[in-house]
Amino acid sequence: MKIAVTGLNATDNPGPGVPLIRCLQEDKSLDFTITGLIYDSLEPGIYMDDIAESCHLIPYPSSGLDSLFDRIRQINETEKIDMIIPTLDSELYGFVKIQKRLEDIGIKTYLPGTDMLNIRAKDKLFNFCKSNNINVPKNILVSSVQDLYGITKEFEYPVAVKGIFYDAYIVNNFDEAVTAFKKISSKWGFPVIIQEYIKGSEFNVVALGDGTGGTVGAVAMRKLYITDKGKGWAGVSIEDEPLIEMSKKIIEKIKWRSGMELEYIKSAQTNEYYLLEINPRFPAWVYLSPNTGQNLPAAMVKLAMGEKQEYFTTYKTGIMFVRCSWDLISDVSKLAQISTSGVIYNGK
Amino acid sequence: MKNFTIPQNVAVSDSGFLFLASTGETFNLNEQGTLIYKMLQNGLNNEEIVNQITAEYEISSDLFQKDLDDFLHSLKTFGLVKEL
Repeated sequence: MKIAVTGLNATDNPGPGVPLIRCLQEDKSLDFTITGLIYDSLEPGIYMDDIAESCHLIPYPSSGLDSLFDRIRQINETEKIDMIIPTLDSELYGFVKIQKRLEDIGIKTYLPGTDMLNIRAKDKLFNFCKSNNINVPKNILVSSVQDLYGITKEFEYPVAVKGIFYDAYIVNNFDEAVTAFKKISSKWGFPVIIQEYIKGSEFNVVALGDGTGGTVGAVAMRKLYITDKGKGWAGVSIEDEPLIEMSKKIIEKIKWRSGMELEYIKSAQTNEYYLLEINPRFPAWVYLSPNTGQNLPAAMVKLAMGEKQEYFTTYKTGIMFVRCSWDLISDVSKLAQISTSGVIYNGK
Repeated sequence: MKNFTIPQNVAVSDSGFLFLASTGETFNLNEQGTLIYKMLQNGLNNEEIVNQITAEYEISSDLFQKDLDDFLHSLKTFGLVKEL
């Protein structure tokens, strides 16, 4: 079986592709090879041993769906891809929209529908949570600097200023809010989300939904170290039944189909959990999941292939991950090959 | 007489490293803290701990009881011990 995976950008803002591939490699019952679908010729996953047998450049989502599909069809002529696993937020809408066309050329996916994606979008999450009695920080959507004057009508500083796909800044006053708004809107567009800042500890859950409301598995993690970019650099699996139950309730309501990450904050004041975000793909720390006993990416592949998959009920707590930066050495000819031909076959 | 129990979600190493599985928090106990925590694990009550420590170390019961109360208060605050 040939599986194509995106997100090989294992940088200081890591994509989930490399850890997801490592999860699949942990399941010895899966017989597969990996093709990397990359956006940049310097994505570290290209240069890692035993990650991808081949890598192909694909166009950025902004190039349009036809351009993306045509490139995948071209790659498929030589690679004979059985399944594609997109792992980046910004590309998901595109892959969701072409999933039927991919199916028609024999490529399976395990993705949510556009309606599911929309429900959990950062600008719509608040309404979804409110109508389902799920705790969520208050938020307002802003599209201009003028709108920022409305912040103090809704809540007090500090507040979180968040992009529609990525990025978040905690700001303490109007001037900082303007700076953050300009940075985020120039990079990620509109609207920009202004969210109530809840002081507390961050907790995350990686999960897999089966598309009918069922949760195939879910593992809770607390970040032990967070980088200046807000990325978890170390974490530990924890036992928290209310957190898992809350996650299952959300998956049931959305009928989520695919991997996902739910981000929560536990209020230091009330000790209650608030849902901050639902990321529509496995997180970069997904390699923790097989090591706790729930190999969620492998389960997803089996479900996509129509194989039987038991639902997980338990996992090991106290299992940690710690990221590291590790220099990979390569000959520049590898960079030359991928840059000029758009494809590289590792070891060939 | 105060009795205590260690919550099931606390993992303890021989070196006095505590992991609270419900929150992911970790704690380090010093040598004396580890000794007392092990006594709590073994089901000793307040009086038994005081008796054992004062028999082994040169410290009065009153002074040790005060230190023990402070220590138990911290353990309870962090969810590392429950009073029965």
